[in-house]
Amino acid sequence: MTKHVTRIDASFAALKKEKRPALVTFITAGDPDPETSAEVLAELVKAGADIIELGMPFSDPMADGPAIQASSQRALKAGQTMVKTLQMVRDFRAHDNTTPIVLMGYYNPIYVYGNERFIKDAKAAGVDGLIVVDVPPEADDELCLPALAAGLNFIRLATPTTDKARLPAVLKNTSGFVYYVSITGITGAAAPVVNDVHSQVKAIKAETPLPVVVGFGVRSGDQARAISKGADGVVVGSAIVSTIEKSLGPKGAATDRTVKGVVELVRELRAALSAD
Amino acid sequence: MATKSKKTAEAALNSYATGPDDRGFFGIFGGRFVAETLMPLILELERAYEAAKADPEFQRELDFLNLHYAGRPSPLYHAERMTAELGGAKIYFKREELNHTGSHKINNCLGQILLARRMGKKRIIAETGAGQHGVAVATVCAKYGMECEVYMGATDVERQAPNVARMMLLGAKLNPVTSGAGTLKDAMNEALRDWVTNVRDTYYLIGTAAGPHPYPAMVRDFQAIIGHETRKQMMEAEGRLPDTIVACIGGGSNAIGIFHPFLDDPGVAIYGVEAGGHGIDVENGHAASMTGGSPGVLHGNRTYLLQDGDGQILEGHSISAGLDYPGVGPEHSWLKTIGRVTYVPATDKEALDALQFCTRLEGIIPALESSHALALVKKLAPTLAKDNLLVVNISGRGDKDLATVAKHLGMKI
Repeated sequence: MTKHVTRIDASFAALKKEKRPALVTFITAGDPDPETSAEVLAELVKAGADIIELGMPFSDPMADGPAIQASSQRALKAGQTMVKTLQMVRDFRAHDNTTPIVLMGYYNPIYVYGNERFIKDAKAAGVDGLIVVDVPPEADDELCLPALAAGLNFIRLATPTTDKARLPAVLKNTSGFVYYVSITGITGAAAPVVNDVHSQVKAIKAETPLPVVVGFGVRSGDQARAISKGADGVVVGSAIVSTIEKSLGPKGAATDRTVKGVVELVRELRAALSAD
Repeated sequence: MATKSKKTAEAALNSYATGPDDRGFFGIFGGRFVAETLMPLILELERAYEAAKADPEFQRELDFLNLHYAGRPSPLYHAERMTAELGGAKIYFKREELNHTGSHKINNCLGQILLARRMGKKRIIAETGAGQHGVAVATVCAKYGMECEVYMGATDVERQAPNVARMMLLGAKLNPVTSGAGTLKDAMNEALRDWVTNVRDTYYLIGTAAGPHPYPAMVRDFQAIIGHETRKQMMEAEGRLPDTIVACIGGGSNAIGIFHPFLDDPGVAIYGVEAGGHGIDVENGHAASMTGGSPGVLHGNRTYLLQDGDGQILEGHSISAGLDYPGVGPEHSWLKTIGRVTYVPATDKEALDALQFCTRLEGIIPALESSHALALVKKLAPTLAKDNLLVVNISGRGDKDLATVAKHLGMKI
């Protein structure tokens, strides 16, 4: 397979030179409404996010906790669709041609859009990678391999239940980075045990040259900093979408706190990760 | 298989009953679409089930429980007055409502609880819609002294109060689910979230022939006792196989259980009846995934789903909480696609009418779920010859539905 260099690869190469871990931030596309969501996306980067995970909302997010479930519901209620999510990326790319964007979500909205059409449109819109929670390596032929062939990264989750025997299968067609899920559980649940995470990340890094980022349950700057030791980045998602949720006014409308609240949190996270 | 004749080998290749393939697919349907945290466990479950299947001791234990605990075999009963009233096919009821706990659900729960014990699991979780599966799970957990938590949509908790009381009495912890519409789909989401969190000590006892492989095949195998008994009993009663089989479909476990042993008998016409709710043309007004849905991926498998054009799952509706699910077991999706089984909807009203019709003629109150199958029998039987042997699966008893039925009929209880 041809080796494509994506914005993700370039981003990790630059971070390596700066000797700091990546701050990967998750928001749901269209949450709480399409306009505010686009504004949050742009401000995330200014506040210090290195890589964006953009959630494709789904009615039944089985691996997500209450915060991300609610963000998906808000986005869908505000009329978010796959077409709008891809348009959001296209609009972002008009102003930012370097920050990597990874679309994250569940298989059904992609499958119904059409795998081939989705890969083509995502690539054209300026998407760099995909994380599809419910497509395991056993189903690589359906989505992963065509995405890789089109020059998209396919980022796989490794978890505490991924044992040594299974890890090679998980890593086999993974590209861009490996996302280590720090807990057995749903997003935004219990805080991970830092020492367990370190040893697991070490075990994964022994098997792959790819960057390893850690997510699920990371909420604060201090925690992000502790978790990031030995890893190449941390993902913060539930804490950001919770900040959006708390900022909303009556009837769930965005307020002037919505973007501001996210910016403050991301600045704090970035400052904690940059401190040496 | 070297010992088999060439003819048998060819027949096996042309069989409808050999699926799924080793990745869990029936045609394009089925598979294992789950988060990585669950994958190692799903693979472990598959290995454990294959080992159990090959172990005569496992089968012996299950046979013993079916006989002495569940009260099997369930009778095959000739419904004489209904036959006379409809004036066509000779109608038989497969009496699954007479099983311990009042439905076919116990067949699957006994099989899976034995498997969970073999795997050394201590804690059982389950989802339930009408509460029939929840009761069956709580029952087997009580019998084996295992911790049991049941997820049930808050809407269903309200409309299935008797089953809620039964589960609590049996010692299960009931978790009402308020996300979404608070029905079976949402209960399944929450059960999956629990499983992903407590994956190491917890066994997820899925109630229908759906979910990631190996569940659809495993649940089918445990339910296939319905069809195997029907074959034997019909041979004893009539000296030949039935001509027509009818069952209701929510997830489709009672249906695949009675269908599966007959799939390779071309002379047996097979009908599955989905929940037509207020009518197939009413958006969000029915739960007929195959008649009114399209293929998609949900809860670990690819199958027919009720969904919008953007792949968002719709809420199903049915008068029967047990059929109120926006998906269906993947083997049914495949059997529909290849045309081996005919799937049709019956509306809420048709099911209510059929429930009363059966109760008055035969003195048997069927569950609202099974009444969907009877609704088709009412239409189909008069069009068939008098020597057409028709079996309808009475998958559950209607006691749990009395409040719903009374409300719709304007009775005060």
